[in-house]
Amino acid sequence: MKGPSPIRREWSWWYLLFIVQCVAVLWPPFYNFVEPRWLGLPFYYWYQLLWVVIGAVLTAIVYFATRDERD
Amino acid sequence: MQQINWTALTIFVLLFGFITWLGFVAARWRKGDLDQLHEWGLGGRRFGTVVTWFLVGGDLYTAYTFIAVPALAFGAGAVAFFAVPYTIVIYPILFLVFPRIWNVAHKHGYITAADFARGRYGNRWLALAIALTGIVATMPYIALQLVGIQVVIGAMGISGEGLLGDLPLIIAFVILAAFTYSSGLRAPAAIAIVKDALIYLTAFAAVIVVPIELGGYGKIFDAVPPAKLLLAVPGAGTTGAYGAYATLAVGSALALFLYPHSLTGILSASSGHAIRRNAAMLPGYSFMLGLLALVGFMAIAAGVDKVPEFKDGFATFKNNFAVPALILHSFPSWFVGIAFAAIGIGALVPAAIMSIAAANLYTRNIHREFIRPDCTSKEEAQMAKWVSLVVKFGALVFTLFLPTTFAIQLQLLGGIWIIQTFPSVILGLYTRWFDDWALLVGWAVGISVGSWMAVVMNFSATYPLALGGFSMPGYTAFYTVILNLVIAIVLTPVFRGMSRSAPVDETVAADYHA
Repeated sequence: MKGPSPIRREWSWWYLLFIVQCVAVLWPPFYNFVEPRWLGLPFYYWYQLLWVVIGAVLTAIVYFATRDERD
Repeated sequence: MQQINWTALTIFVLLFGFITWLGFVAARWRKGDLDQLHEWGLGGRRFGTVVTWFLVGGDLYTAYTFIAVPALAFGAGAVAFFAVPYTIVIYPILFLVFPRIWNVAHKHGYITAADFARGRYGNRWLALAIALTGIVATMPYIALQLVGIQVVIGAMGISGEGLLGDLPLIIAFVILAAFTYSSGLRAPAAIAIVKDALIYLTAFAAVIVVPIELGGYGKIFDAVPPAKLLLAVPGAGTTGAYGAYATLAVGSALALFLYPHSLTGILSASSGHAIRRNAAMLPGYSFMLGLLALVGFMAIAAGVDKVPEFKDGFATFKNNFAVPALILHSFPSWFVGIAFAAIGIGALVPAAIMSIAAANLYTRNIHREFIRPDCTSKEEAQMAKWVSLVVKFGALVFTLFLPTTFAIQLQLLGGIWIIQTFPSVILGLYTRWFDDWALLVGWAVGISVGSWMAVVMNFSATYPLALGGFSMPGYTAFYTVILNLVIAIVLTPVFRGMSRSAPVDETVAADYHA
């Protein structure tokens, strides 16, 4: 069996950051509201758009944090 | 029908002429021997971070997306925003999983997911199942791209009976077919850069100019009926719209990267690092997709469906006409030309990549595997070029002679079918534990049950799964891939017990790393 060993070798705790962004947008009770609005956008819309930006930042953090181990 | 919009049409034709030229000269870009399948069909695996960004973006955010997501917002409201969590879920998958597949593909010269399955499991029938699923799921997707072009051509006032009315679409198709044949993947890669510049320009103009005309986002959302503004809060005994929203996002994200054209885009990258960097950069597209979904609400606020001159357009194209109508309603003719060209070119790029991906699958995993095992590299590349033409021609015939709803329904089924390759391809990157025949049975059950659910639900994307009085409406693809996985897990020890031979695997653990 060659399954388990590469998983351990590749694993980094930084990957847990990915769970944050997934949970934040996949649980509608967190954001299914109109108020507070921002620039007239209901919360539901600007919250999810904001998470696109946060998700990009988190992915960039993971990229830089795990880069040295790979290069 | 409305008058022909000559200014818009002229700009549209000029931009199309430009990308046609670009598509042909792209053959000389990072020059390679186009008689080799990996040169024609993967651009020689030489695209760096930036080109990969445009190519994968051009792949994933298609013209149909730009029309259908706002159309869904226009028609159904808040649920259309599932496209945002969907794209957010994509990037971790891209970051973690795809460098692995790039590495193993690079090592063994795989150009399709079926190639990988063939090498990993040594089972040509499993590889055939994956190749057929990919080809069949891709065809209606290409047809929908042509529908996207059809909508904007119609919106510029070009109409007619019979062949004359279809002529513009046929011309666009011939352009697409010709440059794909001659330049391979280099053509959509080069054109994707122009396409993105135009799409960004259009998207930003739409989210800035239109709200100013309509009196701001506050006014726009005030015009949206309350039932469309948010997801319906689930009642007792059901996960309601919440479960549907989340499973649609996750299921679509899992399906996306299994589509052959996604893999083609990813395998053409020059390194696994280029893919990881892209995972952090691609959210630029997600943000734009979110903004475009807002355009659907602007169309509600502008009341474009009540404008008399758009009556025919809505009758022909239904809600898919919302975006073209809003563009015609809000912008001067010259900008309408740019915006429509953006949508039209935005259809050509993914259609080209999709037809190349389908051609790679047919040539590598059906023709070479089952029909002509001894064909030379040159014959293989030539075969792929011909197949890319056949695939596109099929999509054209589809678009011209079958109702649009048929393509939409088939595309929905395509998503359910393609996700069934998840256990073999994605989980296969991490473990060789599964038995290949168990995977094949899981695949067959997933496809059958998924298709049945879609038909029973009259081609709704969700299925109201009931467990002991508790109802969980969710994306059919998501539920059926779980069923598929459970079957593969249960049958693996059973099949292993029956067979005495050790599992075949031409890959080793080190192949999955840089």
